[in-house]
Amino acid sequence: MVNLSINGLNVSVEEGSSLLEAAKYFGFPIPTLCHMDGLSPYGACRLCVVEIGEGPKAKLVSSCTYPAEEGLKVRTASARVLKARKMILELLLASCPQSKTIQDLASAYGVHRQRFRQEHEDCILCGLCVRMCEEQMMAKAIGFRGRGENRSIGTPFDIKSDVCRLCGGCMYVCPACRLRCTYNEPEKAICGACANLSPPCIEKEQFEDMMCFMDPCVACEIKKD
Amino acid sequence: MEKLNFIEQFRTFRRNCLSQGDSVVPTIVVPAGTCGRASGANELIRVIEQELADKGLTEKIGLRVTGCHGFCEMEPYILIEPEQTFYPKVDPAEIPNIIEAVVRGDVLEDLLLKDSESGRIMQKQDDLPFFNKQVRTILSRNERIDPVSIESYISIGGYSAMVKVFENGDPKWVISEVKASGLRGRGGAGFLTGLKWKMLAEQPNGHGKFLVCNADEGDPGAYMDRSVLEGNPHSIIEGMIIGAYGTGVTEGILYVRNEYPLAIKHFNIALRQAREIGFLGEDILGTGFSFDISLVKGAGAFVCGEETALIRSIEGKMGEPRQRPPFPIQKGIYGKPTAINNVETWANIPVIIEGGAEAFAKIGTKNNHGTKIFSLVGKIKNTGLVEIPMGMTIKEIVYKIGGGPAGKSEIKAVQTGGPSGGCIPANKFDISIDYDSLTEVGSIMGSGGMIVMDKNTCMVDVAKYFMNFLKDESCGKCYTCRKGTQRMYEILDDISKGKGTSAHLRLLDELAHVVKDTTMCGLGQTASNPVLSTLRYFKDEYIEHIEKKRCPAGVCKELISYSINENCVGCRACVKACPEGAISGEKKQRHFIDTGKCIKCGACRNVCKFEAVDV
Repeated sequence: MVNLSINGLNVSVEEGSSLLEAAKYFGFPIPTLCHMDGLSPYGACRLCVVEIGEGPKAKLVSSCTYPAEEGLKVRTASARVLKARKMILELLLASCPQSKTIQDLASAYGVHRQRFRQEHEDCILCGLCVRMCEEQMMAKAIGFRGRGENRSIGTPFDIKSDVCRLCGGCMYVCPACRLRCTYNEPEKAICGACANLSPPCIEKEQFEDMMCFMDPCVACEIKKD
Repeated sequence: MEKLNFIEQFRTFRRNCLSQGDSVVPTIVVPAGTCGRASGANELIRVIEQELADKGLTEKIGLRVTGCHGFCEMEPYILIEPEQTFYPKVDPAEIPNIIEAVVRGDVLEDLLLKDSESGRIMQKQDDLPFFNKQVRTILSRNERIDPVSIESYISIGGYSAMVKVFENGDPKWVISEVKASGLRGRGGAGFLTGLKWKMLAEQPNGHGKFLVCNADEGDPGAYMDRSVLEGNPHSIIEGMIIGAYGTGVTEGILYVRNEYPLAIKHFNIALRQAREIGFLGEDILGTGFSFDISLVKGAGAFVCGEETALIRSIEGKMGEPRQRPPFPIQKGIYGKPTAINNVETWANIPVIIEGGAEAFAKIGTKNNHGTKIFSLVGKIKNTGLVEIPMGMTIKEIVYKIGGGPAGKSEIKAVQTGGPSGGCIPANKFDISIDYDSLTEVGSIMGSGGMIVMDKNTCMVDVAKYFMNFLKDESCGKCYTCRKGTQRMYEILDDISKGKGTSAHLRLLDELAHVVKDTTMCGLGQTASNPVLSTLRYFKDEYIEHIEKKRCPAGVCKELISYSINENCVGCRACVKACPEGAISGEKKQRHFIDTGKCIKCGACRNVCKFEAVDV
């Protein structure tokens, strides 16, 4: 067991747990977007930052990726943490204003306006879908491409991947946009479940192999009838 | 080449190398690093070879092609040994005359460099203020050897530090020497190399460990590592062998960016020679110690210079940083303990072992020992690589070694540390150059870029330039780094176009602090430095852009207009230079610029000899 203090409370947690797990276990809420139990921690959204250390050496780290260390002093809601979180939410709001999840989080933290140029993006590149596809669905159909402002998620060469089973797992885990629908371009669609309704699931016998997350699903309902 | 199996054989080999040395005949030295070749060194070499062959002088005059010596401003230059006569910016047509002079034992004074103030002729390399103010422990070896010849390196004492370590036989001694020298990582962060090695040596050696040389030098305007790799690749190999012996490592990797073809070529040649002679491989010189180095080429991402991203890149994955801890020293390449050091750090290792830790520690100031190479570029007279002892002031570098401003305008600031660093204003030029002082004024040592800026440099534009670089080079994993750099660029762009408000400035400051605080790796944590340091020292320039919609340096195109003043003598030079035909006027009469047609390219200002074009 590892002993540490969270917001002044001395606690001990199992070795190998992350600060996020530790804090959650003892009831300290930490907002997250790119974290999901069962998927490896990634640390992309930075919303889960907490302050560790003391004095001039105090710093912010993402609690989902930082391991619980012996004697660590963690503050999950210090002024510095809240200031950073508010700015992150403001940035998120400026880019993805239509996401319900982000709106709710912003509202909870009292962020009521954003001061940047308004953008309308669908994706915050949290990478949950990429990890879902790789770690749970064992498909590796989608991944990150490019870097910096050109970073995006998609299949190799933007054509439908051969290893994609159209399970819909990527859409299921998406925290920001919830069902990113690319129906307009079914050929390029990452999932394309709705656009590709007919071929894979309705008629195919291997439906069982698909580990489908689309429940209830229009296709299944049609099949039943 | 015959493989050497014992230390005794090395001694004999070394004596042979020394006896074949070219100390007797005069030798023409041509620096031909990437910089030299770009300015025409290859043509010089060709002409010299031709000339020597034509006149049958190949036996009497030697020719040595080396890596970069540092004085890139004067390239292509040649050096005549043993007098060290320095001919700057040599025209290939002058080569026959120079060679004749060498045969006569004479010097062509017309071609020599003159001191701009006193008009004194400076014949020898050491007469030049650029060279004689430096302490060149690393760079001076570049001019003494042929980078593609191991014999050449051995003849100047190369690999004897390695042999010294083998003879001592105690790995712990190596680490204690490096620790005692106080050498700090030259990549920028300044971690104590000895401590890092000690930690690596203490890691359990279950499945192997790695030593890495980080040559992914990506800062705009910095090329120290390239010059060392090109000019003296064997010193890196020797340093790594010593490090491996001290830490008990059997595998080494050089991670070099693919944009350095000459460095890769020279290092590959050096690796092959070192393997042939038996300095790399199994049972080196009969000591029972085995070590080999492989070369990995980076695909061109700036972020791969960051330790954890570099590790992922070596593993063949996408170069993006990960959380530390676990530190690379605990879990690095393929989960094995890994120590990563910069090229310059490795180049210092043989120097420390050879000369002793104490001698090394004497150079520099407290907690900052040894020399550091900077690439001095920008609006300065003598651009090039300078190697200085730690603790020298910025003033000395800029005015004594660098020779002051290149143009007529005053020097305003120096930018150190690349995109992660900050701008140091002229009133702080008295600070000494070491890791701690630079951090104190809001910049960093970084890998050694030093960009000099004068009154014609707009600090908003500088911040915008670096932010543009960072928004492209951020890996994009952390939301605050990816979006934060984009948004900072957006705001800076607005300010430079006269669309900024004072609310923008507050937002920029707020955002810069959050980006610094919340990102995972060193790139993001320092990405705000260009903004924060310019805001700290040059806020008046920002305010001028915002309130008066004016760019005091005359750089931001949207905020300036060109006009011609009464100094104009009507020479028509600007009329010819203007690509848009926006300037009109008769000969010997004052010209005028049609602001409607003007695209603000500045061509007229560049050609005007009478300072008649105002911004």
